[in-house]
Amino acid sequence: MDRSCFLKREKKVLVIIPAFNEASSIVGVVRGVKQSFPEADILVVDDGSKDATGELARQEGAGVVRLPFNLGVGAALQTGYRYALRYAYEFVVQLDADGQHDPLYLPELLRPLSEDQVDLVIGSRFLERSRFPGSWTRLVGIKIFAFLTWLATGQRLTDPTSGYRAMRRSVVEFFCSDFFPHDYPDADVLITTCRAGFRLKEIPVVMKERLTGCSLHRGLKPFYYIYKMFLSILVSVLRQDWR
Amino acid sequence: MLFRQKVFAIVVSLLVIVGIVELVRRRKLAEEYSFLWLVTGFLLLLVTVKLDVLIFLSRLIGAEVPTNTLFIFGLIFLMLLALHFSLKFSQMASQIKNLAQEVALLQKKVEDQGQFLSGDGAR
Repeated sequence: MDRSCFLKREKKVLVIIPAFNEASSIVGVVRGVKQSFPEADILVVDDGSKDATGELARQEGAGVVRLPFNLGVGAALQTGYRYALRYAYEFVVQLDADGQHDPLYLPELLRPLSEDQVDLVIGSRFLERSRFPGSWTRLVGIKIFAFLTWLATGQRLTDPTSGYRAMRRSVVEFFCSDFFPHDYPDADVLITTCRAGFRLKEIPVVMKERLTGCSLHRGLKPFYYIYKMFLSILVSVLRQDWR
Repeated sequence: MLFRQKVFAIVVSLLVIVGIVELVRRRKLAEEYSFLWLVTGFLLLLVTVKLDVLIFLSRLIGAEVPTNTLFIFGLIFLMLLALHFSLKFSQMASQIKNLAQEVALLQKKVEDQGQFLSGDGAR
């Protein structure tokens, strides 16, 4: 995969990997990122893991920020955004620590940012014909939230729940404000971002089955997730002061 | 209202008022939170001493028995109090989150500097 010249040095790129008890997969993910994008700095945000996630990431040469207790994936990401702002990174890419996001797509995710068309790039599972790695209930859920996102913003996003995203500094700054949810920053965040005037774009990626660990969505959590998403989508539509 | 009832109600409301002031004096309760409770104590005292107020209120909201007026306002007050606490909890959760993030970032900074000073370049 070719890379534009800016990606070499002039503009700093930070790869944020939020991780909670991902000791079995974190090493592979960090190695993958290094391989496909050696110029980027890597920051693993250890969200209060009980296992050796942070230690393993450090041994692999990633920067590690360790939260004192588990705050949720949104708050972990936001810690990474704050780090990126402080150390003047121009671009930020986020991907999951469980290995379902292939680091091979990092340069592709960053390209639309450098070519200055958009502010936030989302890796979507649905733009390319590939088998959806998950249950049909999940698929229906994603479709519903995609539809709601379209209703709220007029923008067609096929995969608003994807956590594989790249963004420029202005968006990172926006995500450091208090609206950013501590638990699931999905469709509601995209709607707010879109309504705040940022330009969004999706590019196709193929996601893998998660290698290890278990999904965020289990037990009663899906019900809370659905409730929370509906409410925060409604609220973000009602809200006037997006910035 | 029976004399006994009246004495009981007055004693209770005075206890509430004195208790709250004492808690604030001992710095167990922040002034900010004492307000709602003091207002309750004084309102209780008011409706006990001036029963007309309670009867007027009952007529106003269409309650048939004055005690029901007390119950409904008591409930409304408790609900508002619970809501107030929810607001505070949300605010505190957000503050704690920001603090935890800040601690984590500072910790990394300190660690990095420590490594730099000890000449150990490897992270």
